[in-house]
Amino acid sequence: MRTTATIAGLMLATTASAETLTIYTYDSFVPEWGPGPAVAAAFEAQCGCEIEFVAAGDGAALLSRLRLEGARTEADIVLGLDSNLVAQARETGLFAPHGVEADFDLPVAWDDDTFLPFDWGYFAFVSSADTEAPANFRELAESDLSIAIQDPRSSTPGLGLVLWVEQAYGEEAGEVWQGLADNVLTVTPGWSEAYGLFLEGEADAVLSYTTSPAYHAIAEEDDSKVAWAFDEGHYLQIEVVAMVEGTDQPELAQDFMAFVATDGFQSVIPTTNWMYPAVTPAEGLPEGFGELVQPETALLYPPQEAAEVREDAIATWRDALAQ
Amino acid sequence: MLTLEGLLIEQGDFRLAADLTVGPGVVALMGPSGAGKSTLLAAIGGFIDVTGRVLVRGEDVTALPPARRPVATLFQDNNLFPHLSIAQNVGLGISPRRLRAGDRARVDDVLARVGLEGLGARKPGALSGGQQSRAALARALVQDRPVVLLDEPFSALGPGLKAEMLDLARDVLAADGRLMLMVTHDPADAERVAGEVLLVLDGEVTGPHDRAALLADPPPALRAYLGPA
Amino acid sequence: MSLTRPGLWAAALLLALSLGTLAAVAWRAEWAGGLGAADWAAIRFTLTQALVSAALSVGLAVPVARALARRAFPGRAVLVTLLGAPFILPVVVAVMGLLAVFGRRGLVSDALATFGLPPIDIYGFEGVVLAHVFFNLPLATRMLLQGWLAIPSERFRLAESLGAPVGRLLEWPMVRATAPGAFLVIFLICLSSFAVALILGGGPRATTVELAIYQAVRFDFDLGRAALLALVQFGLCALVAAVAFRVALPDGLGGGLDRVVRRRDGVPLLDAAWIGAAALFLLVPLGAVVLAGVAGLVDLPGSIWAASLRSLGVALVATALAMTLALVLALRPGAGVSLAGVLPLAASPLVVGTGLFVLLYPFVSPGRVALAVTALVNAMMAVPFAVRILAPAVAQAEATYGRLADGLGLAGWQRLRLLLLPRLRRPLGFAAGLAAALSMGDLGVITLFAGSDKATLPLEMYRLMGSYRSDAAAGAGLLLFGLSLGLFWLFDRGGRIGADT
Repeated sequence: MRTTATIAGLMLATTASAETLTIYTYDSFVPEWGPGPAVAAAFEAQCGCEIEFVAAGDGAALLSRLRLEGARTEADIVLGLDSNLVAQARETGLFAPHGVEADFDLPVAWDDDTFLPFDWGYFAFVSSADTEAPANFRELAESDLSIAIQDPRSSTPGLGLVLWVEQAYGEEAGEVWQGLADNVLTVTPGWSEAYGLFLEGEADAVLSYTTSPAYHAIAEEDDSKVAWAFDEGHYLQIEVVAMVEGTDQPELAQDFMAFVATDGFQSVIPTTNWMYPAVTPAEGLPEGFGELVQPETALLYPPQEAAEVREDAIATWRDALAQ
Repeated sequence: MLTLEGLLIEQGDFRLAADLTVGPGVVALMGPSGAGKSTLLAAIGGFIDVTGRVLVRGEDVTALPPARRPVATLFQDNNLFPHLSIAQNVGLGISPRRLRAGDRARVDDVLARVGLEGLGARKPGALSGGQQSRAALARALVQDRPVVLLDEPFSALGPGLKAEMLDLARDVLAADGRLMLMVTHDPADAERVAGEVLLVLDGEVTGPHDRAALLADPPPALRAYLGPA
Repeated sequence: MSLTRPGLWAAALLLALSLGTLAAVAWRAEWAGGLGAADWAAIRFTLTQALVSAALSVGLAVPVARALARRAFPGRAVLVTLLGAPFILPVVVAVMGLLAVFGRRGLVSDALATFGLPPIDIYGFEGVVLAHVFFNLPLATRMLLQGWLAIPSERFRLAESLGAPVGRLLEWPMVRATAPGAFLVIFLICLSSFAVALILGGGPRATTVELAIYQAVRFDFDLGRAALLALVQFGLCALVAAVAFRVALPDGLGGGLDRVVRRRDGVPLLDAAWIGAAALFLLVPLGAVVLAGVAGLVDLPGSIWAASLRSLGVALVATALAMTLALVLALRPGAGVSLAGVLPLAASPLVVGTGLFVLLYPFVSPGRVALAVTALVNAMMAVPFAVRILAPAVAQAEATYGRLADGLGLAGWQRLRLLLLPRLRRPLGFAAGLAAALSMGDLGVITLFAGSDKATLPLEMYRLMGSYRSDAAAGAGLLLFGLSLGLFWLFDRGGRIGADT
């Protein structure tokens, strides 16, 4: 009987108490090595409440879970949607304006009364330092270098790459993709698998972020990884947090939104999420972030436009690579 | 004792009819291979569907499932579950549930009667062929049914051991006014233990015939089957 | 208690889990339109790769199983156990192992490079098929080996003494009877393949139906399309199942493969070559997984142990459930029941999960039932295998001892307790081991339901991979591999110890 009770105990989580703020987020935010624990500790110290993270796969899975749950969702806060998903998220009508004023350090203007940026990064190809870096997509296409990329139909970086090429080349995007076809070693379902292939030496480069080398430099003291700077500019990923309109903790949720833009949250981001904080904390960025590639041009479709372009851009990608 | 009333067994092309009554004691069931001896036992035991009626001591048992018939069967093989101990196997003849102390004592008693004293805890695999046969007999004995059917359970034993088992079966099973109906190919077996014989020939069961008279002057078909004496 | 009624309930539960969840998804859908050209391309690709993968797996398994059936050598039992390992390995772990051998920086390419040859490129259709054969060749081998060992040795001796051709007389009819079932099972496994096809497929040409479903649910939230695609998947399953059932039914994939029939036919060297090649093909990538993981074991985060415990709990519950369902199904053979035993193989895990979410959400918070639902779905996915293992054993026990049990009035629970369960110990142990290992390694639907802090070991491994910690992830993969294989071994062994024949 005792085993049964233990198993039952494993199955049934302790119920949330009244003063609990429920935050839906993506998987890599919550583990002990992710930003979650530090963020929760900092906010709990200030609010006297409890934070409960619910991890729901990646950013896209997060949104589909929310759509399945609809207005009855237990989420008070949704943290980790990507800018390319914002239009669809807005359509659900589940979110309320955040009312937070902050001085964002983003490479583009971001003015949205509902979706608040909490971190950002440039998509970039990451390779070993001794690989000769191409200066743009066309040079990459002409080279013999192999790249591992993610599927835009199942992964947010994959979608980011497709929108990157689309915005940089417009009408010529199809042609660029055709040129890249023989460089694409393979297309993986998510970031993890592609990055794994790169680390195993299967691919010369992988689609990741300009901040990726910072992880290897800081956490592993390994300076051998670099990001390629492309002269057509780099597409941005801005990750946002929003407050659920039907929350039963409106004040706590409001406090949390304000907390996101403060140092207590922002200083945790660089070395746990390995992204740029949306508001640079007072102590500045950690060492190692200073040496990162600084793209000259930042590319980003505004949310509504991203939603409109998406389907055609994916079709262009698919047609070029499926030949 | 056992009455087969207008009994008809049909399985595809095979037909076997019986209309007879046999009394208590040991009765041998003889006939050529394929005549339907085992099938007749299966019909009496309730394992196959028949038309007509099967009566035991005047009571119609045709509609009863095997376990509720006043009949116990010893099959040609697989009479014991190999994963249960001898005592458990024998105990199943009393009840599939956990046995009471009195029942357990009865099992021990019966095991002693068949010469397996002290071997109740063993698994069948740890016993010799003869001992396994004794255990099967013990189980049929605790079942305490008025009719016991033997479908050549001792055919794999050597001649001496077989004779010994037949004697034991006659002494313990056919006592107390029970009917023991046994299939056999060997006239010597019939001579040894049986008083009467049922003949299975050409789709029909006849008898009971007096064993001595029948074997002294067998009908032609039986003679052909038995071979030159 | 009759033993047939629970069988109907189990069949109904499996139908509800496979088709009912699909209906729930369809019910929740806003219907936007039918299938596009890309969807049809995905269906074509899925069919082609599943057909080729299943044909190759079964085709190659024939000589391997035959060699294993007639050659005794030291380590044979260990080899047969290890042959089951690829099947129970988490996909991503196995793919990394395969790449360590067949990748551009793999052993084969390295060897080629010493001769100045270019590395091999497995990305594409070949890569998908290679991985599927890696996963399923062992399964096919086990199913066929069972068929070989089911031929009584007396028949081989008889054929030998008559100088009759063993192959045509004994082996071919057995292969004809066993291979279609093996083909069907493997075809269905490959049909719902997702990560393998994508990682090794080399691009959007290698889009499978399951990926299209994933996209429809995750990115487009087009539940109508997801339901349609899942229905297509079931349709393909039904079609192939109908054909395979018409040809023959498999004998099962039972345990107890220790027996070797001593035979004098065949060329020993050739058999050794087949066994050696299969062992190399299957074991070297596993070795690479172990090697890669050992270094990472020290980097494992503390949370991995709680996750391991949780996964063990889920695996044990899933195993108990799967065994109960499979047993009651095996006790009640029939067309409807065999269909229920096959359908879960064709179900899209994502659709099942989403459907369950839709069904449960009005009543209970998803996070609270995450582990329970994971166990349930894992159990459902293991049932087809367990039924195939148990059904022939039930039939055999009934054929041998059915009349004795009838005569003694053993029915219902008593029959189960006194006759069937003891007779089924070995196949139950084997099936339970398989179910536990499959559940252990499956990421499953936990990602859909996950609440706070309830990661299972596979999920924890993915989280490590998703945060640059590839060494720790490899360590977690090794831990997962070890636990899965350990569970399998324990159950399989438990079924054999003290089992009287």
